[in-house]
Amino acid sequence: MYQFSGKLKMLSFALIIFGAIGIGVGFLSTPGSVDDVKEMLSQESSQEDGHESTNQDASVNDHNESTKVIGLDHGDAVHGEHDDEHAEHVYHQLKNRPWSAVYVSLFFFLGISLLVLAFYASQRVAQSAWSVVLFRVMEAITANLVPTSIIMVLVILSASVFHWNHMFVWMTEGTFDPTSENYDAIVDGKSWWINATGWTIRGIVYLAIWNAYRWYIRKNSIAEDTANDNNKTYKKNYNVSVGFLFLFMVTETLMSWDWIMGLDPHWFSTLFGWYILSSLLVSALTVIAFVTIYLRSQGALPGVNDSHVHDLAKFMFGFSIFWTYLWFSQFMLIWYADIPEETTYFVARFEEYKVPFLAMVVMNFVFPVLLLLNSDYKSIPWFIVIGGVVILGGHYIDIFVMVMPATVGGQWYFGFPEIGAVLFFLGIFIYTVFSSFAKANPIPKGNPFLKESEQFHYYNIEHRGESSGDHH
Amino acid sequence: MSHYESPIREPLVLGDKTYHDITEDIVKPIEGKANKNWYIAFYISLAAMLWGFGCIFYTVGTGIGVWGLNKNIGWAWDITNFVWWVGIGHAGTLISAVLLLFRQKWRMAINRSAEAMTIFAVFQAGLFPIIHMGRPWNAYWVLPLPNQFGSLWVNFNSPLLWDVFAISTYLSVSLVFWWTGLLPDFAMIRDRAVKPFQKKIYALLSFGWSGRAKDWQRFEEVSLVLAGLATPLVLSVHTIVSMDFATSINPGWHSTIFPPYFVAGAIFSGFAMVQTLLGIMRKVTNLEDYITRMHIEYMNIVIILTGGIVAVAYATEFFIAWYTGSPYENYTYLSVGAATGPYAWAFYSLLFFNILTPQLLWFKKIRRSFMWTFVISIAINIGMWFERFDIIAIVLSKGHLPSTWWRFEPTFVDVGIFIGTIGFFFVLFLLYARTFPVIAQAEVKTILKSSGEFYKKRSEQGIPTKPAIVLLNNDTMEINPDNNKKE
Repeated sequence: MYQFSGKLKMLSFALIIFGAIGIGVGFLSTPGSVDDVKEMLSQESSQEDGHESTNQDASVNDHNESTKVIGLDHGDAVHGEHDDEHAEHVYHQLKNRPWSAVYVSLFFFLGISLLVLAFYASQRVAQSAWSVVLFRVMEAITANLVPTSIIMVLVILSASVFHWNHMFVWMTEGTFDPTSENYDAIVDGKSWWINATGWTIRGIVYLAIWNAYRWYIRKNSIAEDTANDNNKTYKKNYNVSVGFLFLFMVTETLMSWDWIMGLDPHWFSTLFGWYILSSLLVSALTVIAFVTIYLRSQGALPGVNDSHVHDLAKFMFGFSIFWTYLWFSQFMLIWYADIPEETTYFVARFEEYKVPFLAMVVMNFVFPVLLLLNSDYKSIPWFIVIGGVVILGGHYIDIFVMVMPATVGGQWYFGFPEIGAVLFFLGIFIYTVFSSFAKANPIPKGNPFLKESEQFHYYNIEHRGESSGDHH
Repeated sequence: MSHYESPIREPLVLGDKTYHDITEDIVKPIEGKANKNWYIAFYISLAAMLWGFGCIFYTVGTGIGVWGLNKNIGWAWDITNFVWWVGIGHAGTLISAVLLLFRQKWRMAINRSAEAMTIFAVFQAGLFPIIHMGRPWNAYWVLPLPNQFGSLWVNFNSPLLWDVFAISTYLSVSLVFWWTGLLPDFAMIRDRAVKPFQKKIYALLSFGWSGRAKDWQRFEEVSLVLAGLATPLVLSVHTIVSMDFATSINPGWHSTIFPPYFVAGAIFSGFAMVQTLLGIMRKVTNLEDYITRMHIEYMNIVIILTGGIVAVAYATEFFIAWYTGSPYENYTYLSVGAATGPYAWAFYSLLFFNILTPQLLWFKKIRRSFMWTFVISIAINIGMWFERFDIIAIVLSKGHLPSTWWRFEPTFVDVGIFIGTIGFFFVLFLLYARTFPVIAQAEVKTILKSSGEFYKKRSEQGIPTKPAIVLLNNDTMEINPDNNKKE
């Protein structure tokens, strides 16, 4: 059995505390009122003459202004009324920033746990043997689904029921009211789908389905160890996993429409659900590889050899390309046809987020492909760690570039709240994952493919640093 | 590589087979004579093919106007059939490349025929881009060749040009991949041939393969590299085909999900066609011990999976068409408008054949039944044809301007050419089945001792299946005869 070391526990607590402080600083440093923003803006414009606001309003979701004017030039500060509107707009964006920072990290960690769960289910359904010795690692990672789901429920409720934040433009009061100046006819046309009640219920249902499967499969996977019932438990787990994968496919698509695409309620893309899926999947595989490499280095995974690590790295490599394929398909098709209501999405991102937008493609595609193409490199832990850090960073940026333009627009930068949120969720991740791993036998003894998995040896891998006794 | 296999896995080679039995079973159709049924099937296919060629000559000689196209619906059966055939071709590469990357041993009994199917299906697909041209004799202008028009080049922005590169690359890579795998098998036939003519032919085809250790090592590496290249290729080819539609601004065509959704549909329809063909082939060539119920079930599972992906894509199309709030999206191929319009029959056929029927495969009894599998695979082939027809014809029939709304009625030439390609396909496939080793014997032999029924039983009883070397008194080595039955 693995022992969750006090050192690691300390680290996780430290991360949670520092993260919480960072998030707190983020919330405290938001402006108190629109007047504060006005003052700030006038200072800014006096400092840099002819200040060209990056806030092009090209994004259709800019707080209901899109129904009035698209492409306001905020640099032209002649009209007073215009200034007021602009100040209010910036005020909302600045208010959104700490919320969005938390949301990006939350979605990233929640999504990774979810995709580890889906990958795990797929390994059961595919009756794959190589990954059986990694089952407990994957199960432990999915433990992080519980705290992230709880926080997600809180975010859902605070956004929809209590209106504590403005991340979702369509939750602004008056959006569905024709007499209001906030009325948005386009969103109103979709009110059958985009409405706070439905959105809240749906979100809670997705989380319930995922957590129910996680709870069940974890319990039954441990029961499998000692079941000795002629694979009955194993078969039950198989059937439940099939059912989960079906539900996952549906809920994942809906979730990405609700939680991410819904941030830009005027914009739509049919590919979106699968695009999110690919981004989270490659991150999930990287996280599995990281946790595996760490636990193996601690001697906690006796059954895992270089071939298993090699397979994980192959998945990281393959799905990095798959992500790029979907990213490019979505981007290119919208760029090619250039239909205004779709193109605004990328215009906003390309103008205000050029560096992260382009860096992400390099980090998520060019770097892993070059690094992990070589077969030998795929079983060398430090190569995988370097590749994996870049992949995870790249996919964090991917989510960042999906969320931020819709919520904070041009007012983004990477500071206390963003870093704080990452550390906070990383701390929770470390705590939940390793304490969960310590609770079960690291080897799933009852799995009928365990022996195949322990003997697994990919033929062209030289097993470094393993004595002949390590693999059989 | 470990030879251990979990007892829970079902055997992939049935019966008490030796290496020699595998050879005998596979070469039997090649060394024997065709029976009456083969000739009947062949002549029917040949007649269909000739009829199709007649229709093609008629089209080219008279003009595209002999088809049912009109000035608004400029693509209908031609591109529908093109996409349908390309889609069918994708299962072959998927089976030989993707399943190789995922180390699925069950691919070994079906990859050869699936690849043959790919190549013959791509031949059929390749006809349509040429014959649907108004001036097919200028087809070579699509190639970026230096010329005397001041080196007038092609515009690389058109997905139709990408199609040219995609399909031709796809065909060449598939052909090379297939042929490489055939070398050891052709060599096996060459070595057995007694008739000099046959020996000469197979000697030519097998490129002097002698099966040395170094050759095998390179052979495996080449297969792996080609599989690694063919996998992105198979995704990109159908992606590019999908971009013929998705890059446009037609509502119903302009949809970002098309690339992965077309690929999933291609795998779906391709596997259905493999089921249709193998369902018959395993019977008529007596290969039931190699293409087992297990294989059929696994393929059915792939069909459910890809069918599920396609279903999610349909639901997405249907939902987003509404979600856009654009009135033009109300008459895309999967929308409320299409469900109630003049093409409602095509819309419901799609749902019935493609979404409803395959759901029967959730039942174990049905997906393990040869009869049901055959029926459902035919339904999917029909359904996937409708999918492409719906995407193309329904969308074009009601465009942005009401004054351009039109309907499409195929003529006998449209239908004749399609029937012709089916005939052509079967002519090629029937000839293949009599002259090529339809199962990759070299590959199947590698799994005999781990996944063969006989050997699996022995290893479960604790009898060693690896040849144990016994040192005899006179210091000569002898292979333990117990482990090498009949050989």
